[in-house]
Amino acid sequence: MMIKINMAADIVTTPILAEAIIETGSLLNISQAHFDPIHGEVVAEIPSDQLVKIRDALVSRGAEVVVLNTPIHRDEEECVECGACISVCPVKVFSFADDWSIEADSDKCIQCGTCLKMCPHNALALGQ
Amino acid sequence: MVKKSIHEINGRIRDGSVNVVTAEEMVDIVGELGAEGAAKEVDVVTTGTFGAMCSSGVWLNFGHSEPPIRIGKLWLNDVEAYSGVAAVDAYIGATQQSQSKGIEYGGAHVIEDLIRGNSIDLHGTSPGTDCYPRKVIDTTINIYDLNQAIMLNPRNSYQKYNAATNSTNHTLHTYMGSLLPHHGNVTYSGAGVLSPMHNDPNYETIGTGTRIFLGGTQGYIVGEGTQHSPAAGFGTLMLKGDLKNMSSEYIRAATFEGYGTSLYVGMGIPIPILNEDLAKATAITDDDIVTNLLDYGIPSRDRPVLRTVTYGELRSGSIDINGKEVPTSPMSSFKKSRQIANELKDWIKAGEFFVSMPVERLPTTTPCNAMKQSNVDLLVVDIMSSDVTTIHEDAGFHDAAKIIMEKQFNHLPVVDSGNHLVGIVTAWDISKAVAKDEHDLVKDIMTRKVVTTSPDEAVDISAFKLDSNNVSALPVIDSNKHVVGIVTSDDISKLLARRH
Ligand code: SF4
Ligand code: SF4
Repeated sequence: MMIKINMAADIVTTPILAEAIIETGSLLNISQAHFDPIHGEVVAEIPSDQLVKIRDALVSRGAEVVVLNTPIHRDEEECVECGACISVCPVKVFSFADDWSIEADSDKCIQCGTCLKMCPHNALALGQ
Repeated sequence: MVKKSIHEINGRIRDGSVNVVTAEEMVDIVGELGAEGAAKEVDVVTTGTFGAMCSSGVWLNFGHSEPPIRIGKLWLNDVEAYSGVAAVDAYIGATQQSQSKGIEYGGAHVIEDLIRGNSIDLHGTSPGTDCYPRKVIDTTINIYDLNQAIMLNPRNSYQKYNAATNSTNHTLHTYMGSLLPHHGNVTYSGAGVLSPMHNDPNYETIGTGTRIFLGGTQGYIVGEGTQHSPAAGFGTLMLKGDLKNMSSEYIRAATFEGYGTSLYVGMGIPIPILNEDLAKATAITDDDIVTNLLDYGIPSRDRPVLRTVTYGELRSGSIDINGKEVPTSPMSSFKKSRQIANELKDWIKAGEFFVSMPVERLPTTTPCNAMKQSNVDLLVVDIMSSDVTTIHEDAGFHDAAKIIMEKQFNHLPVVDSGNHLVGIVTAWDISKAVAKDEHDLVKDIMTRKVVTTSPDEAVDISAFKLDSNNVSALPVIDSNKHVVGIVTSDDISKLLARRH
């Protein structure tokens, strides 16, 4: 499953992710990270059964953890299967099947919203 | 040498013995039988494409009102249509945007709504004349209320199109979709192996009067399209068809973020195989079609060609740009293009569609010239300030503050030891740093994503860059990334004030 970890200025420079990984022994796979001097945001994939453990470890160090459980939704009626969404998705949710249909592996979605702007047919939505 | 006539082929369509294959299937057939064998064997090759065709629209005739009106201005669902022709005729173009909803809804959406049978609000105005006294008309119509709804695409189904990428440091939103910074992706358009005009590049069977598949019904080629540029392999077609018989399966409205509305049009051309040259031409593969990869980060007509690329490479899912594997996305749907080629094949097999020869061949030498511009555009070099001081990235930010104060600049370009531009510091960045009391080096507080210009860029482009990136100055750099000047929004405002 995907989680988003928000870190405020006071902890952004401390290694809380590394500490949480060591403490819980859980594998945390970072798929996106944005840092600036005042804020940090990390999207990571974690094993679903370890959510509570990881969340507690991070929250106790001052981070905020949000579960990303509303992945991308594709309206198959609107979609013309052009494939425009393929190249902009940072985690490769979309791909072509052998018959050039669009396949979407929504579980991988980190809800960045990039593909929504790319789709010419308004076929993609988040949070449904 | 095999020689067949249209009459012979149509005879076979009539008696059900015709052999039709799609352009995709033809590749293997020619591979196996050779051009001569394939020409004997196959009567018709069908093609198809389904992609954004901005240059599309529909002629509408509403019938006369009582009392009559000669509509001068017309809006359909708040999208303006051109009605400066006779009394109750109008042309609705795909890219016209709704006055209230902007790019969310445009002419393309009105066209799709018409096909779907939805009601459309019509508002027309007129100065009023003795024969047409009415000044305003408001009504609701749908496609069945119209006398004619004739799709006419002035420029459709490009023979091929350029692929697009973006060298800048910010995402661009274009009619080729979102182009990610630093060549993050590549987009392309067209159906490659199924692409209609590529399967008859000498326009032997494609011309005025050719019967085609358009939007799910039979349509016709009117002639060459606007910007027809055959010598460069960029031929275009003007098409017409009856919107009343079209299907929303093949005509779809689209919105390109940051660009506007467009119409996805499905069309296909049958190529009658009259001789082995045509058989050979229809065996073209994705690897045979070469196009240019352009940098859309350069907002100019002459975008630099980064490399040439085949449709085979583009369709593989990624291409190489300067040693980096970059993912590719088509903007047209290959699945739908294939569906169109197959549907056209089924029509022909079922004896519902007969092939035709053009009554006039398309021109093969028409040039496509650039616009004549009688006013010479000012360039950045004409208005930039060349008195520009830079600062090294390892300098302390107090030094930067001092320069900004002494020189009364608001923007200070930052360079590395090779004198290459690496960032920019503004008075605002310095205030922030002072307020937070945190950093001491310029490189810690500078903005790294600098929007730049070059001396030979038109001032209008710089004005657009300032505006769209919400910045107030652009460092001017030469091809070595050395700073040679700076242009501020003040310089441009002053210039515009002089112009008006
Ligand atoms: S929102 Fe779209 S682009 Fe972003 S991760 Fe999900 S599918 Fe990919
Ligand atoms: S960009 Fe939109 S229409 Fe095209 S394949 Fe993706 S979801 Fe479908």
